[in-house]
Amino acid sequence: MSDAAATLPVSVETDRKIDALLTKYPRRSSALLPALYAVQEEHGWISEEAMDYVAGKIGVSPAFVAGVVSFYTMYHRKPVGKHHIQVCRTLSCMLRGSFQVMARFKEKLGIDVGQVTPDGRFSLQYVECLGACDTAPCAQVNDADVPLLDATKVDEMLARLK
Amino acid sequence: MAYEKLLLKNAGRENSHTIDVSLKAGGYEALKKALKGMTPEALLEEVKASGLRGRGGAGFPTGMKWSFLPKTRDKPRYLCVNADESEPGTFKDRLLIERDPHLVLEGIILSSFAIDCHTAFFYIRGEFQKGCRIFEQAVAEAYQKGFLGKNILGSGYDLDVLVYRGAGAYICGEETALLESLEGKRGLPRIKPPFPAIVGLYGCPTIINNVETLANVPFIVERGAAWFAGIGRPKNTGPKLFCLSGHVKKPGVFEAPLGIPFLELLNEHAGGMLHPDRPLKAAVPGGSSMKILPANRCEVLLDFDSLAAAGTMLGSAGGMVMDSGTCMVGALLNLAEFYEHESCGQCTPCREGTGWFTKILHRLETGHGRKEDPDLLIDVARRVEGNTICPFGEAIAWPVQSYVAEFKSEFDDHVTKGACPFGGAAAKR
Repeated sequence: MSDAAATLPVSVETDRKIDALLTKYPRRSSALLPALYAVQEEHGWISEEAMDYVAGKIGVSPAFVAGVVSFYTMYHRKPVGKHHIQVCRTLSCMLRGSFQVMARFKEKLGIDVGQVTPDGRFSLQYVECLGACDTAPCAQVNDADVPLLDATKVDEMLARLK
Repeated sequence: MAYEKLLLKNAGRENSHTIDVSLKAGGYEALKKALKGMTPEALLEEVKASGLRGRGGAGFPTGMKWSFLPKTRDKPRYLCVNADESEPGTFKDRLLIERDPHLVLEGIILSSFAIDCHTAFFYIRGEFQKGCRIFEQAVAEAYQKGFLGKNILGSGYDLDVLVYRGAGAYICGEETALLESLEGKRGLPRIKPPFPAIVGLYGCPTIINNVETLANVPFIVERGAAWFAGIGRPKNTGPKLFCLSGHVKKPGVFEAPLGIPFLELLNEHAGGMLHPDRPLKAAVPGGSSMKILPANRCEVLLDFDSLAAAGTMLGSAGGMVMDSGTCMVGALLNLAEFYEHESCGQCTPCREGTGWFTKILHRLETGHGRKEDPDLLIDVARRVEGNTICPFGEAIAWPVQSYVAEFKSEFDDHVTKGACPFGGAAAKR
């Protein structure tokens, strides 16, 4: 590994991936959102150090990158659990019992909304309408959709993910 | 006569997302027809004549939108597909993306051809991770078959499609916020004019269309504008996807001609109310931003003009149904929290107003409401409506105004009883 690579806050693969993004779109600036995804894919979250690095790649200020990261809910500014559970809280899901689903998750995991279990395996979050109201109450665990939840399914899911 | 499914004709087949299944079902035939025998101008005229109106929310005539592009060609033109489906209660575009991405893609290629665009962007909601994987695969398949790239089907027409993932922000479904996001920025809506058709992505002429809107274009090309205009009702033409969720037996996406009666959608398509002992109390026919209709005003036709006449809007056709056990203060609190969370914060009336709504509704729902609170909600809504850069202000002002107006006594009850008569579940999350 070269000295330059040794100081990168990301792997050489991620760095190359971001290089490719810089010329993928008609303007370099458009590479910012996908570059942040690339960083998060490797680390699971986006540190300030990583934001500085991305700012340098795109050619914008670190403050600009921080502004973008904080605007969008899917960029994590601190580590989340290995299984990041997001329960939909918006109207159609609430009408079908999403708050009870969340209560079950909280009870089983012993954490509150916005927290990570001490072993780092699970984190819990509410999310706004996932656009899957036909499967209400629904959730997302990492990149997978989880439809039609109830207390029993919450228990089964957590047992499976352990 | 039974209605012939168009938009969902392929969506139920096994592996309907693959190009082989799509081709067997007649996929890309319209593209072949257009590239062989139609000029872009003729295609645009056909879409205009079909009466197709945008399926994203506003119902603006698609062909007319396209014709707003400047005649000059000194800058590239872009098509941005709005796949940022985020209006609560709406999940129709997700179905098209996941189950028939090639229909959507064919619509994108035809529409790009019509407006002389050579780079189209597919801006997909970040949370639609499965849909994004499926659509990227569909794009790759289309390149392999020569439906995308250079010299498509030997016609001399070139088109690239770039898939771009959003990252979690309702506001990016607003067309100018979407452009900002695509440029790698916070999704803050732009002041209009200039409209995107003149100054859009990277300052270039840009058309932004909804996924479902574009999925109609292959049918218009294949069977003609007159045939399309014969479906639905005058000025409200074509097939439509209607979502229904909440307290119904079979929530889902249902295809029907524009103008289907709401009660037919509810009782025949969605299986009626969830609990037989809890009748319909109210419904939002068009997505959370639209005005609510109490049960006694739900005998409406679901099309743009009929719902406007009924004092609400078709919006994104994200229908939500509430039964007699629903607390209207709680339902509105839930939406107010959504809008407070999703306000981009750029305009003071929206940023602050959404916070006021949440605070007032929360105290009402928890039994700490004040006598003047219902009027205060209306007063704040009046100060938000019309005073913001984008329609987000109306998107929360309208529900507030209509829930309070239609269910005033229920709001008052929360104050006089000092508690939510329904148990206050909406405040216990």
